[in-house]
Amino acid sequence: MTADTTSLFNGVAWEPGAAKNDPILVVDDVRRSFGGLIAVDVDHLEVQRGAITALIGPNGAGKTTFFNLLTNFDDPDTGTRSFEGQDLGNIPAHRVANLGMVRTFQLTKSLSKMTVIDNMLLGATHQRGESLWRSFLRFAWSDQEQSNTERAEALLARFNLAHMRDEFAGTLSGGQRKLLEMARALMVEPTMVMLDEPMAGVNPALKQSLLEHVKGLRDEGMTVLFVEHDMDMVQEISDWVVVMAEGRIIAEGPPASIGENQAVVDAYLGAHHDAPLDLGDD
Amino acid sequence: MDWGAIIENTFRGLLGEQFIYFALAAIGLNMHFGYTGLLNFGQAVFMAAGAYGLSMSVATLGLNFWWGLLLGIVVFPLILALLMGIPTLRLRADYLAIVTIAASEMFRIIARSPSLDRWTGSSDGLTAFANDFYDMSPFSTGGRYFFGLFIGNQMWVVLVGWIVLALVVLLVWLMMRSPWGRVLRAIREDEDAARSLGKNAYWFKLQALMIGGVFGALGGLLRAIGTQSAQPQNFITDVTFFAWVALILGGAAKVGGPVAGAAILYGILNFTDVFLRQLVDNGYISESIMDGTQVGQVRFMLIGLGLILLAAFRPQGIFGSKEEMALDDR
Repeated sequence: MTADTTSLFNGVAWEPGAAKNDPILVVDDVRRSFGGLIAVDVDHLEVQRGAITALIGPNGAGKTTFFNLLTNFDDPDTGTRSFEGQDLGNIPAHRVANLGMVRTFQLTKSLSKMTVIDNMLLGATHQRGESLWRSFLRFAWSDQEQSNTERAEALLARFNLAHMRDEFAGTLSGGQRKLLEMARALMVEPTMVMLDEPMAGVNPALKQSLLEHVKGLRDEGMTVLFVEHDMDMVQEISDWVVVMAEGRIIAEGPPASIGENQAVVDAYLGAHHDAPLDLGDD
Repeated sequence: MDWGAIIENTFRGLLGEQFIYFALAAIGLNMHFGYTGLLNFGQAVFMAAGAYGLSMSVATLGLNFWWGLLLGIVVFPLILALLMGIPTLRLRADYLAIVTIAASEMFRIIARSPSLDRWTGSSDGLTAFANDFYDMSPFSTGGRYFFGLFIGNQMWVVLVGWIVLALVVLLVWLMMRSPWGRVLRAIREDEDAARSLGKNAYWFKLQALMIGGVFGALGGLLRAIGTQSAQPQNFITDVTFFAWVALILGGAAKVGGPVAGAAILYGILNFTDVFLRQLVDNGYISESIMDGTQVGQVRFMLIGLGLILLAAFRPQGIFGSKEEMALDDR
């Protein structure tokens, strides 16, 4: 955590539902149930612009469901979400991406039978060549394709994938797929990046480089919200941590404060547990 | 053994009318299944839309031939694609499969209903609606053309068919190397990934269904022109599966795959037909094993055997890529 990102949270209370100085994403009274199970029941959450926010919680806490609700891949039973002041109520998932909020998936969705460069180019928005009527008229979109290709190649170089440019994405290793998915998300030119367990299935050698890439997103001014189990990652790169348990937000605060929070200790280890919390063993 | 007749018939299969009709239908299926991952088990209904679009316009409504072409190639298949696609394409892939197979049977059964005789000609179908087409033929009715393979009017149908087929192949080739084609392939691979990158998967799938339907309708329409008739039994489910066989034989998601597949399918069917018949007639195959009337069935058994061998030893199809196929297992 750097000094200038700490100041983003000046005066913000360390409590669930705390108001942020400059929220980019605001959630109110969002509930989602599956049959009798209430998977998500969040009264209020604000996500600070320009910071890295981690969403953690024990297994079954509803993190991924909440994540799907935030990106409109799932619809809540009740409640509202707004992104940059725009209500996400009836907006389909693909329009959310066009508004500047792009997500990745827990199980990487690299498009295996497409080349790495095609995966990247897919991410570019407002492509003229994606119109049926212009698709067979190459001259109508080739210049845009050219500039998108240059941007894609620059991103591939940054994510150490340039040598895989023309390989099928299906031939990449698990870690490389995570990198590709992140690079592809950047082709959308998002203002907010949502990462669902970016460290899952990544070998330790690649983890450090992935961490640097996530920090790089923030340094470029993007807002990052990620779901993660890996406590090392949470401690190392997040500016703010939101803890969920049983569908509710039970704690918020800077990463260092979370280990001492009694509600968090109870959620992870059971109530009335007196031993000191070591989240690293999760 | 009359090898001349065997070779002549084989080439008629490789290049003739059946090849053209089913190549077009299979190109449509390739657009649906090969590129977009849509399961269409009712391509026959798109072919029927083309055939009945033309024949009903001309024979029932008395419109001229060109209006018939417009209705058969554009209007009927687009309406059909919207009717089938709008309710199902938001759902899992199986729902489109169910709806297409149901729609193709419904259309066939309704078209042959006696109460609609005035409109569809019921089970006799409609005839003599393509006279304007044959009036334009540059070939003399009795003449033999193209190494003697095709006679007069047949040559005219085949020539127009080749031109249409070439244009459609060119169009598909251009479309699939565009960003539009890239979105379709992405949807086939993972629809959620495409949506997460801002692509309206539903709308792209609907477009693919419409375009593939138009190609199928072209095949059905040419078939109606070629036979000067549109009859319900020309659009039984077998027709759909012939198109599927052509696609699988050639290899899905390759521009030339369905064309090669259709040529090979009808080449083999014609070859085995004449070849087996001659073996029986010349006593090489004893009547106790097979007689001349069974040749028609036996050649389909051979095609079936060939497909099983293909699935076992070359599942990607004749022109498919093994590397791409292997990626599924990772």
